[in-house]
Amino acid sequence: MFLLKQRTTIPGFHLALGYTIFYLSLIVLIPLSMLFIKTSTISFGEFWGIVTAPRTLAAYRLSFGAAFIASFINIFFGFLVAWVLARYSFPGKKLIDALIDFPFALPTAVAGIALTTLYSSNGLLGQFLYKIGIQSAYSWTGVVLALIFIGLPFIVRTVEPVLQEIDPEIEDAASSLGAGRFQIFRRIIFPAVLPSLVTGFGLAFARTIGEYGSVVFIAGNMPGKTEIAPLLIITKLEQFDYSGATAIALVMLIVSFFFMALANWAQWWASKRVGMS
Amino acid sequence: MATSLARRTESPLVRYSLIGIALLYLFLFIILPLFIVFATALQKGIAVYLNSLIDPDTIAAIRLTVITALIAVPLNLVFGIAASWAIAKFDFRGKNILLTLIDLPLSVSPVISGLIFVLLFGLQGVFGPWLRDHGWRIIFAPTAIVIATIFVTFPMVARELIPVMKAQGNDEEEAAITLGASGWKTFWYVTLPNIKWGLLYGVILCNARAMGEFGAVSVVSGHIRGLTNTLPLQIEILYNDYNFTAAFAAASLLAFLAIFTLVIKSIVERYEHRS
Repeated sequence: MFLLKQRTTIPGFHLALGYTIFYLSLIVLIPLSMLFIKTSTISFGEFWGIVTAPRTLAAYRLSFGAAFIASFINIFFGFLVAWVLARYSFPGKKLIDALIDFPFALPTAVAGIALTTLYSSNGLLGQFLYKIGIQSAYSWTGVVLALIFIGLPFIVRTVEPVLQEIDPEIEDAASSLGAGRFQIFRRIIFPAVLPSLVTGFGLAFARTIGEYGSVVFIAGNMPGKTEIAPLLIITKLEQFDYSGATAIALVMLIVSFFFMALANWAQWWASKRVGMS
Repeated sequence: MATSLARRTESPLVRYSLIGIALLYLFLFIILPLFIVFATALQKGIAVYLNSLIDPDTIAAIRLTVITALIAVPLNLVFGIAASWAIAKFDFRGKNILLTLIDLPLSVSPVISGLIFVLLFGLQGVFGPWLRDHGWRIIFAPTAIVIATIFVTFPMVARELIPVMKAQGNDEEEAAITLGASGWKTFWYVTLPNIKWGLLYGVILCNARAMGEFGAVSVVSGHIRGLTNTLPLQIEILYNDYNFTAAFAAASLLAFLAIFTLVIKSIVERYEHRS
């Protein structure tokens, strides 16, 4: 591994790569391996007992379920936003485009208290939602709303460049052959952006299942009901139940890695298709 | 040309409806939360706002946040330069694995990012007893806050630099080396001017994440007021004390930082397009 394939006159390969691997191991690999080492000190029965306890399952259901719903909603609206930004022009477009990255730049705790204030029973939006019977804060709904905020840039930023790259001549050709707008969308545009939608979903999902700061304020934090998995990890740590915390974390980490891999696979799939055509 | 353009786009009604729905969505999920931060911070007037910012605990939190970023960002900057030099300038086996490993911290939940350092340095952790015997404290002390922040912001500079350096190619560096320049000189006078905008944005983004990190820092901090609270943790404490004005006043500082980061991003993108 890490063998140079080609000779080059540029110096510093060994120094740069050596330092990269050293720092990577020190900061990321060794600390992260602690999750596996710590989990290996308990038996599989114990591990299974922890991750299938009713309270753990309820926390997983909330964290994974809300992340799934939020990412799913963002596929549609994220696509719509990307579509509007990539294909239409309107006043203030540059500003709107810059704002897309805002959830990525805003510290999660700030997002958390802002969203909670917005959606609580006397909040700017919450007062209307409560009136029509939707309890928007301290509930599942609240968690989904926070995760929509966090996940949005991941979908928009993966779909937008793909929409911009679609060759207008293909659409013109389809149009001159008699295809309608909807047919062009279904047969040309949708297949082109599908991999990027999968990538965006994977990235958003992987990021939002572990989200803490923006969610912990708006979730009700009731054990078994509105307690997110990261909060359960913290609770276990505060009780000095390191094994419990680690087991719960390991499952989350593996699910997260799986969806990151899915996102990468979709990207590879897209590049291969482009290469073929 | 004009006819083909007309054929390619939707009727004005559809177009304006789609723009309208997209803007409404962004208004609800991005603009309103931002508005709430400043509206709540200023609801009792500018005097109360400024007063809550000079609270000693908040000042101490700002200080710790700045110190943390001053340590974490330069370390990740050096790493980012080394990693992008190795990855962009050379072709070697295992490059994709290395890229995946560098991105790892991005897919780790913030809480898990804190947990792993508790497993290493906590009292029941691997080095816990040894640290205790030597009278050193890492967890529930600023040291752990710095370490967890370094972990969370680890890939930020590298991710910005790798594509920029790759796009630049090797020709200019090869020419400089052939003409007898040393490696350092080549980097300083040839590579650095080419990557400076990407580098700037990488540093600004890394800094924003370092100053705003909440989950990881929350796990390792111990929440000692005035001692181990960063600004985001101070916001949580103020909020949970129902001191909303002060919480949002502190939050507005971080919101300004986020806006500043996005402004730098727009400027950098404009310069990159030009060159």
